[in-house]
Amino acid sequence: MAQKLTLELVTPAKQVLSESVDEITAPGSMGQFGILPGHTPLLTTLEVGELSYRKGDETFYVAVNWGYVEIEEDRVIILVETAESEDEIDLERAKAALGRAEKALTEISAEEKQHLNMQKALARAMARIQVASRKGR
Amino acid sequence: MANLKVIKKRISSVKSTQQITRAMKMVAAARFRKANAAVVAARPYSNKLHEVLSSLALREERKVHPLLARRGKKKALLLVMSSDRGLCGGFNINVAKASEGFINDPTSGFEDYDLIVIGRKGKEHFARRPVYNVTNTHEGVTSQASYGVASLLGQEVVAGYSDGSYDGVFVIYNAFRSAICQELTVDQLLPIVPREVSEETVVTDYIYEPDRSEVLNSILPKYVEVQIYRAFVESLASEHGARMSAMENATQNATDMINSLTLQYNRARQAVITRELTEIISGAESI
Repeated sequence: MAQKLTLELVTPAKQVLSESVDEITAPGSMGQFGILPGHTPLLTTLEVGELSYRKGDETFYVAVNWGYVEIEEDRVIILVETAESEDEIDLERAKAALGRAEKALTEISAEEKQHLNMQKALARAMARIQVASRKGR
Repeated sequence: MANLKVIKKRISSVKSTQQITRAMKMVAAARFRKANAAVVAARPYSNKLHEVLSSLALREERKVHPLLARRGKKKALLLVMSSDRGLCGGFNINVAKASEGFINDPTSGFEDYDLIVIGRKGKEHFARRPVYNVTNTHEGVTSQASYGVASLLGQEVVAGYSDGSYDGVFVIYNAFRSAICQELTVDQLLPIVPREVSEETVVTDYIYEPDRSEVLNSILPKYVEVQIYRAFVESLASEHGARMSAMENATQNATDMINSLTLQYNRARQAVITRELTEIISGAESI
């Protein structure tokens, strides 16, 4: 019998998910990485990006903001600041945010503090758009 | 006759006040349920973060990270969580009094304090007391606890601590126990004190990626933000709880008042009737 992973996705506002899944792919700070049952204990930080998990034949996508993953004996705990599934994302808003961030990035110099914030906003918007575009596929 | 009219007016005025307090109680109860759910929802995140942090920090030397290091005891920053709106019993005044008590308490050990006040009521309180050095105030953020605001505040205090302006950061708020019970709490935000992990808990040996200190570096500031967020959420739930019971009391008092006024009114009415009867009877007799 195939083993399963227990995925718990938690944000400060609520526990988003608590499900048994087959495979998880997460945007780690050292690159995208996959988690399968029997993974060694690991603790790593996450970047802004797209988190996906597979349940049987179905794959689900979630846009996540900064957070970290803790893997321990087939229990995967993901703590993120925000998590939005494909249905929750407002594509129009994300696109508008992307446009704003891109525009701002061309206008302000890289030294300013605002620059970093805008880069983060850009990454968030891109992750949202990526997840939203999975919809219906 | 005039007396009757006055009493009647009083009754209707008390009645309309009662209507308001009853409505406010209902609103507070609805908001309270929401806030309560937020408190419950915030728990897993903050508990988990605490767990990871403790297991990380216990293996690190205290000196390794500036946010863990204990420094002198010169200047401290106190975050005061009050509310924007009143009519919630002793909620705001308790926080304000407790902050003053904390600052003036010689055993807390810091020479000087700065304040960051959240909520209009707290701001007004300290504006009348210039002895206390309020560096910053935030209004209009308590109506809904948002992680964004907590995060900004967190960055503000971490920056203040890192550049050496402060040697300690505390938050004072009404911790949420139950709908009718709030408990004033002072939490130390910085330097971070890791919770002791009990002997029995097996500490899993994780692989850290990129490495342990990197992970710690990114988790520590987050931890401060989460602590502030938790204080926010709890303070909000406490506020609604306090308002709920205050309004409940007010409604009850109004009911009592209406009862006693109605009694007075009926007595006065009876007196008028009796007097009229006596007048008619004595008039009839004299004929």
